[in-house]
Amino acid sequence: MSEFLFPLAVFFAAIFTNNILLTNYLGMCSFLSVSKELETSAGLGIAVTFVLAVTTAINWVVYHFLLVPFQLEYLRFIVFIIVIAAFVQLIEMVIERYSEGLYFALGIFLPLITVNCAILGVSLFMVIREYSFITSFFFGLGSGLGWLLAILAMAGIRQRLRTAKIPPGLEGAGIALVIAGFMAMAFMGFTGMINIS
Amino acid sequence: MIATLFISVLIITLIAVVLALLMVIADATVGNYGVVKITINDKKELEVLGGQPLLKALNNEGVFIPSACGGRGSCGLCKVQVLEGGGNYLPTELPWISEEERSDNIRLSCQFKVKNDVAIKIPEELFSVRQFTTTVESIRDLTHDIKEVRLKLEDPPEIEMKAGQFIQFQVPEYELTDEPVYRAYSMASVPSDTNHIELEIRLVPNGICTTYVHKHLKEGDTVMVNGPYGEFFLRDTDRDIICIAGGSGMAPLKSILLDMAEHESPRTARYFFGARTGKDLFLLDEMKELEERMKDFKFIPALSEPQPEDNWTGETGLITDVVKRMAENASEAEAYLCGSPGMIDACVKVLKELGMPEERIYFDKFA
Repeated sequence: MSEFLFPLAVFFAAIFTNNILLTNYLGMCSFLSVSKELETSAGLGIAVTFVLAVTTAINWVVYHFLLVPFQLEYLRFIVFIIVIAAFVQLIEMVIERYSEGLYFALGIFLPLITVNCAILGVSLFMVIREYSFITSFFFGLGSGLGWLLAILAMAGIRQRLRTAKIPPGLEGAGIALVIAGFMAMAFMGFTGMINIS
Repeated sequence: MIATLFISVLIITLIAVVLALLMVIADATVGNYGVVKITINDKKELEVLGGQPLLKALNNEGVFIPSACGGRGSCGLCKVQVLEGGGNYLPTELPWISEEERSDNIRLSCQFKVKNDVAIKIPEELFSVRQFTTTVESIRDLTHDIKEVRLKLEDPPEIEMKAGQFIQFQVPEYELTDEPVYRAYSMASVPSDTNHIELEIRLVPNGICTTYVHKHLKEGDTVMVNGPYGEFFLRDTDRDIICIAGGSGMAPLKSILLDMAEHESPRTARYFFGARTGKDLFLLDEMKELEERMKDFKFIPALSEPQPEDNWTGETGLITDVVKRMAENASEAEAYLCGSPGMIDACVKVLKELGMPEERIYFDKFA
């Protein structure tokens, strides 16, 4: 695949065929706990997308210019976590100060995102799959959009679920996990459509 | 080998330092809201560091807003009216704020951050509310299911209260609760004993606080309480008073009566105390002593189901019947009631039948 097309392929793969949430089950906890309302899900999803795109890029720079030259790749777990935490904290402070609207829409979700494993997962995948900087950025962005898509779908289903009759034993987390499973199976239908390996 | 170790330590330190430096700079620039002014009830002005939650800012300045969750936005108790400088509601506040409260600009003070000058309104009584660190001086059994807990105030060392008021007792995390919770208990101690608080706590099966006190609390333990709160205290009139209580409802009335005895109150007092059997009665000696100390006080315990082994010679029957039978001059007196909602409602009905106007019936219902 050409230099130009590969990042795009990775981008779309991250959204559909290799959806971080539905194929790797990363970012499950906030996915399950915040997917009750469409509006809040959208807020969280957009915040995740933004943080994913930016932290993946930052982590790529840190990894390739700081860790690789000193052969400290094994430190990537802890380094990535610190970078993500610090970045999220900084962004939250900036948003809170300068944009009330944005803070209300996204800012309150930022502390949740620090501990969202999808963020760390994407940074680690980028290393394992040896993506270039541009590809990594699109991989992060695509993963975020994929996560947004999944949580929006989930929230839509859960909003309708309120009027549905659910067996007592399955109420709450039970039915949510069953639905997540079905959604993952549906996304399996995309498998093989984009070949990125 | 040592060199690589050294380098890895160096690199990780470098990253941490750079990030920490960034945070410090951000804190001093982006996160620095300067000093802001909080005006409380148009009369008190506080200068606080901006950017912190209102609850914390007030707390640091010694104005204590009751909160059960400690500022996590999960109890919805720390509501404060923000008159000026409020801005919009945060999504984290909305679940706790009703339409009506919204139009009054009631905010959740643990979520609302003070970033500019604000004017707020809080109930006057909150000015005297403090948070106290105390240690358990003694615990004794009053009955088979009621314990008296005596707390010694450490910081601050003194409380200014009215007899009959209550405090909130903080239950720390333990097997029945995964976050600290607060429960209200009336103080049984006399206000002149400013260094101590006495509580009478009845064991309620699976009650979070009562189980903690009965099964876990030991002498010497540290307990956080805050208060005083409440409008249940002796009104300053010269009317006769009728007290009615059941179970641990004894606490505020004991405090009121002790306070009256200390101030040599000339008022006539009758105290009807309802219990099921003889083993539910307590503080009988203290009450006898009060009868001697006070000018005209009678303690009238009544058992609804006296057992043969009680050898009971006192009043029997439901407390409402005993009050109906024995209360004198009720239409001219005041009443102070403390107990379960069922008991209080029944007693209020009886007192009204006896000619007591509703506005002279004061009560403290267990919630």
